[in-house]
Amino acid sequence: MASNTDVRNYPGFVGITILCLVILYAPLIVVTVYSFNASASITVWEGVSLRWYADVFTGPDSEKFKTAAVNSFSIAIMAATTATVIATCAATAMVRGGRFRGRTLSFGLISLPLMVPEIVTAVATLIFFNAIGFTRGYTTILAAHIAFCIPFAYLPIAARMQGIEGTYEQAAQDLYATKVQAFRYVLLPLMGPGIISGFLLAFIISLDDFIITNFVKGAGVETLPTAIFGSVKQGIKPNIMAISTMLLGVSVVMVTISYFVSKKDNTQ
Amino acid sequence: MAEARQIAIDVRDAVKRYGDFTALKRISLSIHDNEFFTLLGPSGCGKTTLLRMIAGFEDVTEGGIFLYGKEIEDLPPNRRPVNTVFQNYALFPHMTVLENVMFPLEMLGKGREARARAGEMLELVQLSQFANRKPNQLSGGQQQRVALARALAPQPKVLLLDEPLSALDLKLRKAMQIELKHIQRETGITFIFVTHDQEEALTMSDRIAVMSAGELQQLGTPGEIYEYPRNMFVADFIGETNLLEVSVDAFAEGRAVCHLGGGHEMKVDAVEGIGVGSKVHLSVRPERLFLTDEKIDPDALHATVLENVFVGTNIMTIVDLDDGPNFTIRAANSDRGNARVFPEGSPVFVNGDRGAARLLVD
Repeated sequence: MASNTDVRNYPGFVGITILCLVILYAPLIVVTVYSFNASASITVWEGVSLRWYADVFTGPDSEKFKTAAVNSFSIAIMAATTATVIATCAATAMVRGGRFRGRTLSFGLISLPLMVPEIVTAVATLIFFNAIGFTRGYTTILAAHIAFCIPFAYLPIAARMQGIEGTYEQAAQDLYATKVQAFRYVLLPLMGPGIISGFLLAFIISLDDFIITNFVKGAGVETLPTAIFGSVKQGIKPNIMAISTMLLGVSVVMVTISYFVSKKDNTQ
Repeated sequence: MAEARQIAIDVRDAVKRYGDFTALKRISLSIHDNEFFTLLGPSGCGKTTLLRMIAGFEDVTEGGIFLYGKEIEDLPPNRRPVNTVFQNYALFPHMTVLENVMFPLEMLGKGREARARAGEMLELVQLSQFANRKPNQLSGGQQQRVALARALAPQPKVLLLDEPLSALDLKLRKAMQIELKHIQRETGITFIFVTHDQEEALTMSDRIAVMSAGELQQLGTPGEIYEYPRNMFVADFIGETNLLEVSVDAFAEGRAVCHLGGGHEMKVDAVEGIGVGSKVHLSVRPERLFLTDEKIDPDALHATVLENVFVGTNIMTIVDLDDGPNFTIRAANSDRGNARVFPEGSPVFVNGDRGAARLLVD
């Protein structure tokens, strides 16, 4: 079975694979390992300790990080929820709306933000808020996050919807369901995994965002990424590694859930 | 059965156009109450379009569709007391078998009796023990029965079946044909069945509408359609046939004498509208011909055996009428009757029953 076309038989396969994995994960592993360092230095290893994790929750910076974490998570939840609702509506219209005028254009408009350099979006959003006279703060961060989360939520939802045959809704309508009932009892449950995937992706994107947040946040309002950046500017302390490791953990959990949910295909 | 039967579905001058393409060219037909009615034709003949128009998934460009005398054209699918068994079944994958069958009853606001009624339906299709399974845990044939139970549960006035057996293997398909027919008798619901399989149509139907290229070719009982095809399309599509171009030379005792070419003549029941001198088509069913080595029947045709083909239940013999056309003859593979295999090259006589050959009107 090990045919010539098997990629494992290509010369250098093992070497290149290992190189890629090292480049991708070595920094993360270093940060994770050193977050358990007992030393106050970020380079000298002195033994295993949870000292810096305790420092995050009780140390001098704990109040700052706690506020930032509350902001980050509350914004991520609200932004992801709103973006998911909007993306679900958009996907329904795009996939189930037949061929309407401007369909291709609409699809482009929805996915374009994924291609636009984030710094451009950040500057544009900032200028927009200034132009309409919004005071920068929590609300502006939330609004910006909702906006840039929509395409991320849209993609898994639309992909899922494309896999659902139109005959299910036809069958539902044939069996006396109104259009609303057909959506509620048949289409929505089938879209469920896509919607959850979209939500989790949007949540992660919002939680991780730095550039746009940094531009539109007001003075004094911090999210975790901006708070970490602020601390790092004053020199890297091991507690930053502990926070980063925890944030990494949250991301890994979310991505894992998203993966398993999207694999749970209930259309077959 | 002689009394005038109520008309369940009346299609009057129905036309369906998609832009410049006409899928249905002015079709009129009446489907009786409690009838197993089949729309038969090759793919693209418009049979599914007509079914979807009755279900409400396609609108009618011109003409009208009446359900027990009431025009249903403006009703959306969910307001028509008509249910469909879809080709791919379209069972809701996130619901159990029982929930699937209960769905239409719940949508009709009959939630209270839904469970009991759904249970009855599953019993009817012999799937009670699978009530709590998900559709993807069932075989194709079982899914098909669930789709049937689900569509029958709300007791529709008419059940539409869109090639529901096409995904099943041959044996299962044959068994389901019989079962469908039984269920139709048992429930007394009018079935409209769409298929491209002529054998399936002949097996199951009370009446068949043969369609081609958006037009109704012939409507009748399986016997009528098979024995008296009206045109070349029907004769060729239903069963096997020898299609010959002949000229009518004379009439004798109500029979037309047809010239087959090469001096061969065949006497065929005369048909209204075909006179002396007309060049028409003749359909000769291969299973109604038989071969002999001596000329017993004075009308038998002299021929030479070209080839014998063994097809299991039958033996097909291709003969060449001397200076005339070729004929295919089908004989049952049995020791009884006239079945006898003549070796290739041997001279034979081709004999036919009285109804073996039919003149085609158009």
